[in-house]
Amino acid sequence: MNGAQDLGGAMGFGPVRAEKNEPVFHASWEKRALALTLAAGALGEWSIDEGRYARESLHPALYLNASYYEIWLRALERLLREKALLGEKELENGRASTPAAKTRRPKLTPDNARRLMAKGTPYQREPSAPARFAVGSSVRAKVMNPQGHTRLPRYARGKEGVVERVHGAHVFPDASALGQNEPVWLYTVAFMARELWGEGADPTLTVSIEAFEPYLEPASSKS
Amino acid sequence: MANCACPSEHARVAMDGYDPAARVKALEQLLVEKGYVDPAALDVIVETYAHEVGPMNGAKVVAKAWSDPDFRARLLADGTAGAAELGFGGRGGEHIVVVENTPRLHNLIVCTLCSCYPWPLLGLPPVWYKSPPYRSRAVIEPRAVLRDFGVTLPETTAIRVWDSTAETRYLVLPLRPEGTQGLSEERLASLVTRESMIGTGLALVPARAAA
Repeated sequence: MNGAQDLGGAMGFGPVRAEKNEPVFHASWEKRALALTLAAGALGEWSIDEGRYARESLHPALYLNASYYEIWLRALERLLREKALLGEKELENGRASTPAAKTRRPKLTPDNARRLMAKGTPYQREPSAPARFAVGSSVRAKVMNPQGHTRLPRYARGKEGVVERVHGAHVFPDASALGQNEPVWLYTVAFMARELWGEGADPTLTVSIEAFEPYLEPASSKS
Repeated sequence: MANCACPSEHARVAMDGYDPAARVKALEQLLVEKGYVDPAALDVIVETYAHEVGPMNGAKVVAKAWSDPDFRARLLADGTAGAAELGFGGRGGEHIVVVENTPRLHNLIVCTLCSCYPWPLLGLPPVWYKSPPYRSRAVIEPRAVLRDFGVTLPETTAIRVWDSTAETRYLVLPLRPEGTQGLSEERLASLVTRESMIGTGLALVPARAAA
């Protein structure tokens, strides 16, 4: 969706301010927000892409004003409500008033938490079809504006680039955010800055995105 | 705190009255009461990212790549397998790609859409990495972003920005600084900053006096 999260090329946010000797967490609530997000996610009720969609669905004014952990926390509350793990009332007054829902995976134990962090959850899958593009293929990112989740940033839509790497078949975020499982080929596609930003772009700059095959079509032949 | 230089990560009440510190406390209680979450598992997660996983992991990988050409070749060919040789991998780094700086090419990593970052090698991302200024500008004016970090590259150095829009996670292999011949991997790792592995910085030059 064309939400506030799609920031590439936006202007007016000012300089990047790096904090000297930045701590990992700035407040103890951030630690719990992170851990709750991971532990609740481990119940298996939503995919990483559903999680991202919940974050980018926040009102743009809220999204841009919130700290990153606040964005996570607001999205977590929304997911817990949408997946009926918590009721509206429970979220409101903080007291359990209904029995727990049955979840796809059990409550995360300390040992399983260690395993989860050490192993992760790989996103590569067996391809169901041969790759449509190869290294060196000229491609165009489609012009598309889905209401749902997508990982094709606006600044690349309609632009021509070259396939630089082929990463195998991966979980397709646009489908995964809808709870569907449909692996597609994943590529690194590189664009010249001039193609993305027009005249005046840094002539030494190349920008690449990770593009899922459904985002791409063969580039129109140009002389 | 209008002049506070810290990015806006402080606990504060949002414009709609949302108080994240209070909300997270209530939510944890509720999730524990319902039996969805074990507080001891939360502690393990916090401890891991507060102390065990961080840029020191990536620095070890870089120092080894500087010291061992065979490892460097393996790492560049398959970042996931290369990092795993040193025991690093897992959540947020299931598919690692390492890209190499050269005198002619400087790499910069960003996630314009959220905060994708190679967790097993760099830990949790700093606030600036997740912030709108960095995410908006890295892909359109990276040289200006680098200047915010005090880095000015020669005009002849090309810039390559990698927007992490999938689960592939990128790490920059920075240029090895001059005057570091013969240094141990441990000493070399101390020169490798987090910023140098994102591309917003360069590896440190060893202090001549201390060398």
